Amino acid sequence: MTDPSRWLRRVAALAGLCVILGGCASGGNVVLLPEKDGRQTAVSVKQGDKEVVLDRPYAAARTTSVGPRAYAASAAEVDAQFGPALAAQPARAVSFTLYFIEGKDEFTEQSKQVVYGILSEIATRPVPDVLVVGHTDTVGSDQANDLLGQQRADIVRVALIRLGVPADDIHAISRGKRSLAVPTANGVAEPLNRRVEIVVR
Amino acid sequence: MWNSLTRCREAMALAVLIGWTAAAGAADIGQIKVTKGQVAIERQGKSMPAAVGARLQVADIVRTGADGSVGITMDDDSLLSAGPNSVLSLDQYAFDSATNQGRLDTSLNKGTLSVISGRIAKQTQDAMTVRTPTAILGVRGTEFVVSAND
Repeated sequence: MTDPSRWLRRVAALAGLCVILGGCASGGNVVLLPEKDGRQTAVSVKQGDKEVVLDRPYAAARTTSVGPRAYAASAAEVDAQFGPALAAQPARAVSFTLYFIEGKDEFTEQSKQVVYGILSEIATRPVPDVLVVGHTDTVGSDQANDLLGQQRADIVRVALIRLGVPADDIHAISRGKRSLAVPTANGVAEPLNRRVEIVVR
Repeated sequence: MWNSLTRCREAMALAVLIGWTAAAGAADIGQIKVTKGQVAIERQGKSMPAAVGARLQVADIVRTGADGSVGITMDDDSLLSAGPNSVLSLDQYAFDSATNQGRLDTSLNKGTLSVISGRIAKQTQDAMTVRTPTAILGVRGTEFVVSAND
């Protein structure tokens, strides 16, 4: 058991700290974490009309009875307070791309190799779900391309099912020519746009 | 004549397919990928134990026990994971996978939560929010942690 007088001292110290920080009827805190790829990001913390914007790694805010109060957190503090939540983070989604022969629903030769990478990524996850997104280049009408994109996605879906991925875990959709990897004018045959994106999560 | 018939049939097949995906999407907004200790899903007033693989719906409330933690992947690739003694509610969700437009509003009523935002927040600033009993967080494509006291 902890010595009660030590416990009391700790409570008193905490109360003192609260007064300094300005009201500790604290509703909690928010800490912005560094991005893996160093991208500039932000989160805004609003209490009524009072707002603090966190836009640097470990920028933090505590919510208090008088609005959000900014402070600087550290990696050690975050680990101590949020360790279990961070440890429960699911694996991030991983994307693969397969390329198709012009106007057809057939993979290019190199893309057949990528399939093995997809299967091993699926195998590392306890409950994988797979999103298959078909894309086309800009040759042909929207309608024709939506259909072609769906055909390509369906082919990949069927191939994955045949390779042992449960059908219920795979969703196949088409974005047609709406999401070009290489921006082109309409009517341009571009091999890098004829693709299927496979997102394993 | 034959041509237009085929096209008509293709269009119908596509419509059925789209309708089906939309219906599936309405029910399923995410999946539990990780659990530790006690984790429960509360749906329409009923509580059930949450297993890895369980699919989540709008208005579900996920609760963790004193030894519990849970990791969720949303359909827009957002990752939400909560530590012990947490109550996380999935208040609102809409996501169009063709445009990446949508809304994701969650509440952390108590406990700790880590967030890696997904496609919704990347596409539209502040289209993802996390509400705590004292504050509203607007997410601008980012990774952060948040806590809420009782």
